[in-house]
Amino acid sequence: MDHVLEIKNVTKKFGDFTAVDSVSFSVEDGGFFSILGGSGCGKTTLLRMIAGFEIATEGELLIRGESMSGIPPEQRAVNIVFQNLALFPMMNVEKNVAFGLQRQKLPKPEVQKRVSEMLERVGLVGFEKKDVNDLSGGQRQRVAIARSLVLKPSILLLDEPLGALDRKLREHMKIELKVLQKEIGTTFIYITHDQSEALVMSDKVAVMNQGRFEQLDTPKNLYRHPATSFVAGFVGDNNELDITGYADGQLITANGGKLFRPGLDIKPSKLYMRPEAFVLNPSADLSNIEKIDMQIKALLFDGANSKISAVMKQSGDDVLISLPQNAESESLREGDELIVGIHHDDMKCYQE
Amino acid sequence: MKKNKSSTFFLLMVPVLLWLVLLIVIPHLDMFFRSFRFENDEGLMVFSLNNYLSFFEDKIYWLTFVKTALYSIGVTILAFIVTFPVAFFLTKVVAKKYSSFMVLLLLIPIWIGELVTIYGWMILLSDNGVINNFLMQIGLIDSPIVMLYTNFSMTIGLLYMSMLFMIIPMMSALESLDDSLIEAASDLGASKWTIFRQIIIPYTTPGIASGGIIVFMLVIGDYVAPNILGGKSSLWFTEQIYNKFLATFNWNEGAAFGFLLLLLSSGIIWLALKLTGQKLEKVGS
Ligand SMILES: Nc1ncnc2c1ncn2[C@@H]1O[C@H](COP(=O)(O)OP(=O)(O)OP(=O)(O)O)[C@@H](O)[C@H]1O
Ligand SMILES: [Mg+2]
Repeated sequence: MDHVLEIKNVTKKFGDFTAVDSVSFSVEDGGFFSILGGSGCGKTTLLRMIAGFEIATEGELLIRGESMSGIPPEQRAVNIVFQNLALFPMMNVEKNVAFGLQRQKLPKPEVQKRVSEMLERVGLVGFEKKDVNDLSGGQRQRVAIARSLVLKPSILLLDEPLGALDRKLREHMKIELKVLQKEIGTTFIYITHDQSEALVMSDKVAVMNQGRFEQLDTPKNLYRHPATSFVAGFVGDNNELDITGYADGQLITANGGKLFRPGLDIKPSKLYMRPEAFVLNPSADLSNIEKIDMQIKALLFDGANSKISAVMKQSGDDVLISLPQNAESESLREGDELIVGIHHDDMKCYQE
Repeated sequence: MKKNKSSTFFLLMVPVLLWLVLLIVIPHLDMFFRSFRFENDEGLMVFSLNNYLSFFEDKIYWLTFVKTALYSIGVTILAFIVTFPVAFFLTKVVAKKYSSFMVLLLLIPIWIGELVTIYGWMILLSDNGVINNFLMQIGLIDSPIVMLYTNFSMTIGLLYMSMLFMIIPMMSALESLDDSLIEAASDLGASKWTIFRQIIIPYTTPGIASGGIIVFMLVIGDYVAPNILGGKSSLWFTEQIYNKFLATFNWNEGAAFGFLLLLLSSGIIWLALKLTGQKLEKVGS
């Protein structure tokens, strides 16, 4: 498989502070690669090193096998869509998109042709002469993407480009971006703190924490098999329980609750159970299921995301459980007792 | 309620209107009418265009007029060239906490006043002044270069006292220029020169224009620098007006000359705004 980008042990320090801490990864050509992480974890810094605006303190960065050390941003085959878009306010839509092509000294008709093709692709036909300040948020977004894509970069870098949009538009643009990427086949490196954006759009996602990669995997694997407790807590909803002891397949929670989870070869200190991994009133013939006695504290109605806030009767540990909206669950009331089951594999344990 | 609001509005308007009418409109109207008054052979005041005609009759007047215009434009352009790198440095390169201090330093000449700084320049530029002494000491020249009382020294004086008024509006324009625009342009393959020409200059044009207007007006209307640093050899149109009022006591002709200067400066500014595609409303804000 072709690697369009290879990052080898890249570190970036600002004075004493390490923003990116020896990160290594490679990105396959034509993929949608996301970097997911909380605020201040070093995402933008990493992206800016790829674009050439920051110089790595240590490590190596290769684009299509070529080392990028000493190559300035204007000579790299990558383009970036900034968090604030950075459209040129003194130019109209067409001139914004043509800016990069004109720098390459292409003949006018060629520039014209590629600009109008690009505008058609992103659905901005008829907006050529419009002032960029007069566009809606989603349209400005598309101008910014078109302005970079028209140069046919090896990699398009996107720094939380949907951050400023309202929720409805963000949902829409998420799908649009994914489709666009599939159509043109350019590699996208997309950074975001919104896990839903990363999971929906990406082929591969790297979860970043304090300058390091915690896990690099497919969205499904991140969700199903988080490699670290940080990933388990960060991606998707999760119930987190502190574990104080483990013996003979028995987990002891900090509050003294006992849960059976055989087959661990670590000394666990954290247990994660997803709300949606629980089965209400499991039938007796299911195997490898841990059954827990619960009491309902509150029913939290939120349409398809409804939850039960319950306590484990044995220990008083709080747990959130997904509540399917069907006729059966209608009858549940606060204070009711119920048994929930969870498969042993869905009880994720980590050693810290 | 509505009546109340409009009465406060008028109350607030009163000082503005008083200012405009008493300090600007009336004096200019007086000047305007005076400029058409002419004492005829019988000693009577009559309406006439003679005050204006005398301007065209004597070559020295309109030569000075043209020279004043050209030099003012030149000094304005020079002020831009000198101050732009400084403004860029102070807003985009130096950290904010140092730059405010440096701006304060830059403003010192304004606190000191034009007259004192001009005497400072005389000390530097005169035949046995600091610069000539230094050049002779290191053996670069044998006899002093005449710098004082020339167009050169006058230009320096005009530039020095006016360029700070260029730097302030330019800095505020540059400050509002988002660094990511510069980065985006370089990401799209633009060279430093292209970024300067296509991004920074168009973005800061309103600031440059308002700074340019202030500098131009200060320079074209200045009297001290041309008079002291320019000496006898370099005439400035304000000196001609001054002479009319105070040397020959011909106030009517002085008024006409004053009006010509006003027309000239407004005309040049109008033309400059037209050429750069700027709107006065935008520049003024
Ligand atoms: N030029 C700089 N000088 C000093 N520290 C910096 C610099 N740029 C970034 N940092 C620090 O590096 C850390 C990572 O910053 P970065 O902008 O990469 O975070 P991020 O993951 O993009 O966060 P966000 O989601 O909030 O944009 C932050 O703690 C930030 O304060
Ligand atoms: Mg960021």
